[in-house]
Amino acid sequence: MAGILAADADFMIHSLKKLQILGQEVYLTTTHVSLLIVCVGLIVFALIVRMTLKDTEKPSGLQNAVELIVETLDGMVKSSMGKHATRYRNYIGTLFLFLLISNISGLVGLRPPTADYGVTFPLGIITFILIQYNNIRWNKFGAFTDLFKPIPVLFPINLIGEIAVPFSLSLRLFGNVVSGTVIMALIYGLLSKFAFLWPGALHAYFDIFSGAIQTYVFCMLTMVFITQKIPEDN
Amino acid sequence: MGNITNEGLILACSAIGAGLAMIAGIGPGIGQGNAAGQGAAAVGRNPGAKGDIMSTMLLGQAVAETTGLYGLVIALILLFANPLLGKL
Repeated sequence: MAGILAADADFMIHSLKKLQILGQEVYLTTTHVSLLIVCVGLIVFALIVRMTLKDTEKPSGLQNAVELIVETLDGMVKSSMGKHATRYRNYIGTLFLFLLISNISGLVGLRPPTADYGVTFPLGIITFILIQYNNIRWNKFGAFTDLFKPIPVLFPINLIGEIAVPFSLSLRLFGNVVSGTVIMALIYGLLSKFAFLWPGALHAYFDIFSGAIQTYVFCMLTMVFITQKIPEDN
Repeated sequence: MGNITNEGLILACSAIGAGLAMIAGIGPGIGQGNAAGQGAAAVGRNPGAKGDIMSTMLLGQAVAETTGLYGLVIALILLFANPLLGKL
């Protein structure tokens, strides 16, 4: 596919180094690098915050901002999961921050890690495992018999509906981020003579707005799917 | 017409297929517009609930967008990771 697009507009995942692990060819790609940068950035930020944390009545500066972020995330989890929020706020908060930083990392010239299906699909799998864990934990054998409701003929459709969850979750995130990446690469690659200042507006939409919305949606859907497997009276 | 190679035919048809797959964008467009319109009407009736309406609307729109993104993924696969070329 070495056409005009591939030559001028660069939005593919590049392999940087080829490794041999257990006889398999494994590639270190640009996704790994940007993933590492995002993770290290978040960890360093967390360590800096942890070291400057003080137990005071009136926090100020950095601690104030971080407490605001944490309270906002906890409030978001609390509002959609109710009293089950305490078990999941750590995971959802981590997921939210990771996805947010990943999605907006296109602003600093990285290829967003979430524009690789190999990053979003494992996140969808984690959500799927959480959903099914809660399903079996709260509904016991009902987790299986629910597939035959309302009528047994619908069993295949219900089964597909359960299995499609991680795919639809991860494809939604991947599709949104990769469409933004492709459009920005096309603009910088093919319209490079005219691309000054006005791509900023597109960055604001594709990277910040779309990225933040998709982050929110991924976390929200994870919480909704988990909560709807927990019976009302618990 | 004898000078079209097999590979060229597949590439051309894949490009057409990618364009056709993006027709899937119509559905989410209508759906999202509908959701936004209903959201605006709801804010007009009850301005106090703007935050809740906003988050519900964005969630619904993002879910409605999924079908369009499936079309996008099909188009991207046809253009950049064409599985049909391997069958030659």
